[in-house]
Amino acid sequence: MAEFKEISPDAPMGQKALNWVDNRFPLSKLYNEHLAEYYAPKNFNFWYFFGSLALLVLVIQIVTGIFLVMHYKPDAALAFASVEYIMRDVPWGWLIRYMHSTGASMFFVVVYLHMYRGLIYGSYRKPRELVWVFGCAIFLVLMAEAFMGYLLPWGQMSYWGAQVIVNLFSAIPFIGPDLALLIRGDFVVGDATLNRFFSFHVIAVPLVLLGLVVAHIIALHEVGSNNPDGVEIKALKDEKGIPLDGIPFHPYYSVHDILGVSVFLMVFSAIVFFAPEFGGYFLEYNNFIPADPLVTPLHIAPVWYFTPFYSMLRAITSEMMYALIACVLLGAVLGVAKAKLNAMMKAAVVGGAVVMVALMLAIDAKFWGVVAMGGAVVILFFLPWLDNSPVRSIRYRPTWNKWLYAVFVINFLILGYLGVLPPSPIGERVSQVGTLFYFGFFLLMPWWSRLGEFKPVPTRVTFKPH
Amino acid sequence: MKKILLGFMLALGLSGAALAAGSGFPLDKAPARTNDMAALQNGAKLFVNYCLNCHSAAFMRYNRLRDIGLNDKQIAENLTFATDKIGDTMRAAIDPRDAKAWFGANPPDLTVIARSRSSHAGTGPDYIYTLLRTYYRDDTKPTGWNNLVFPNIGMPNPLWELQGERVPVFEKVVSHGQEAELHRGWEPAKAGLMNATEFDQNVGDLVAYLQWMGEPAQNTRVRIGVWVLLFLAAFTVVAWRLNAVFWKDIK
Repeated sequence: MAEFKEISPDAPMGQKALNWVDNRFPLSKLYNEHLAEYYAPKNFNFWYFFGSLALLVLVIQIVTGIFLVMHYKPDAALAFASVEYIMRDVPWGWLIRYMHSTGASMFFVVVYLHMYRGLIYGSYRKPRELVWVFGCAIFLVLMAEAFMGYLLPWGQMSYWGAQVIVNLFSAIPFIGPDLALLIRGDFVVGDATLNRFFSFHVIAVPLVLLGLVVAHIIALHEVGSNNPDGVEIKALKDEKGIPLDGIPFHPYYSVHDILGVSVFLMVFSAIVFFAPEFGGYFLEYNNFIPADPLVTPLHIAPVWYFTPFYSMLRAITSEMMYALIACVLLGAVLGVAKAKLNAMMKAAVVGGAVVMVALMLAIDAKFWGVVAMGGAVVILFFLPWLDNSPVRSIRYRPTWNKWLYAVFVINFLILGYLGVLPPSPIGERVSQVGTLFYFGFFLLMPWWSRLGEFKPVPTRVTFKPH
Repeated sequence: MKKILLGFMLALGLSGAALAAGSGFPLDKAPARTNDMAALQNGAKLFVNYCLNCHSAAFMRYNRLRDIGLNDKQIAENLTFATDKIGDTMRAAIDPRDAKAWFGANPPDLTVIARSRSSHAGTGPDYIYTLLRTYYRDDTKPTGWNNLVFPNIGMPNPLWELQGERVPVFEKVVSHGQEAELHRGWEPAKAGLMNATEFDQNVGDLVAYLQWMGEPAQNTRVRIGVWVLLFLAAFTVVAWRLNAVFWKDIK
């Protein structure tokens, strides 16, 4: 505990009040640690806006969400009408609702860009593994939040999207059907499902989300921010112990982020005011038809931010299983032939591969599709331990790495695009290749990240004064 | 194996064949009239007279029609047949069970019909504008009517008095070894109360009304949006200069 600090009785009122608080609550301490004396590298670029923007969107979602809950009715008979009531009869209800629906999509835009930044600059590398792991947990929880929120308008797409995704759980052997029943609370998506999704969406999941965001920021401020050069700025400090390349977050990055916020708000407002449906991608047209359990829409597609993962789910057909089995066997052979393991471990690799192949043959492809979809997100958690590159930032990696990352991004976008489309034989093949590439990128990273000619990393960050 | 694949897709409700269900009839562009008060008022009149008998607009209140330049007295005297309170929502008097028996399905609510019928083929208003103008007599159907945009539609032509009757002209075309019938035009059969131009004008007004009713705030939204963006543009300039002032110290 800090010592009780006395202050001169002649001090100004404000100072006395602050002293009173500081003796009881670490206000100045928190302010200094996280803002005024939090030293961030001075060479942040465009990519570093998206962390603060994600926080902004989170606030927008919470505030608009609070107002929506005041008028929304989580009841299968009333939900659709109550959303239209918000759109028509609640003063400024349309604005609140469009901000919330646009905010959901923009949250994913911002978070995807934020994650990509971490990927290219190696922000997940030691000692920032937990920053990354908390971030991945935020992404996973955000997906759950978005999925449950999407049921609430109770339109056709809400209803059938939830039906399809919850049904996926029933593909899990043994516990699947009961698990799906537990999630729905009924044999089909219905009033019980709506009520529990509402409860999760407005309180349970946001609580977890907020806790994770706090953990993400605390972990970040403990280790300090990475930067586009991947240089550790704490390695070189001045006589006061301040990093030579560090500048206080406030005012330099607070004012910088205000600029980012205002540009972001222009994009956000342009969508809210001029194209809130965003061509049927942010608000799907079918969702203006009230949920009807008896009429299945012709084409059920999840909202755009889930489609890359949805594509991977659809890519796992029984045909694809043979390709995957071949991959497992090839991996085992390479592991036995090339890896420096003792005989025990090699036996374990062979045994593991045999069990894996047996399971892959025994269980339906649909289940493995679910595994692929979940695995595509879960694999991100392991990124810090998959990357063996001697440098962090892509700037000092072999040039071909840039092409590899470009292909990774294009592949992800193609998977996303295919997930919007109805299935087709060509689309299926492309998504299968894309799925293999996506997993190959991560699973082979321990190998390819070591290859090639690395460029010398400077001791100081590269920075051109503005 | 094909079977498993198919079953998998069916399980996801994604059967490819089902997607071919839309008629694929090219949609005409509906005129943009949601800012035209006279058109909207005419559309509201047509809506109340020709649609509201069977279709509700259960999320739309009569008094919201103030937004298209009508006062409470005009609304109460001319448009509220089904109710005497102008704060009520627009509900059709038809019994859902009768509707089901007569047309094979419940007439859908029309409040947001213009939004829900949008697709990549065209906007919702385009769809409705084309649908209402492509009815033809077809004695093989229970109602005696059929439609080019929505084949085997349950709704008989609601505007037949105004439009009269027309016969579609088809041309048989063979492409890729498949014989297909292509729509080539119309031949008038029985005159209605309006000529073709008047009819198109009125359907345009009705569609504009449906489009407006789908989102009454749509034009307010755009007007406010312009001011919001202007403010943000000015704010961005301030933020940009402020940022530059702070950052000039960083060497």
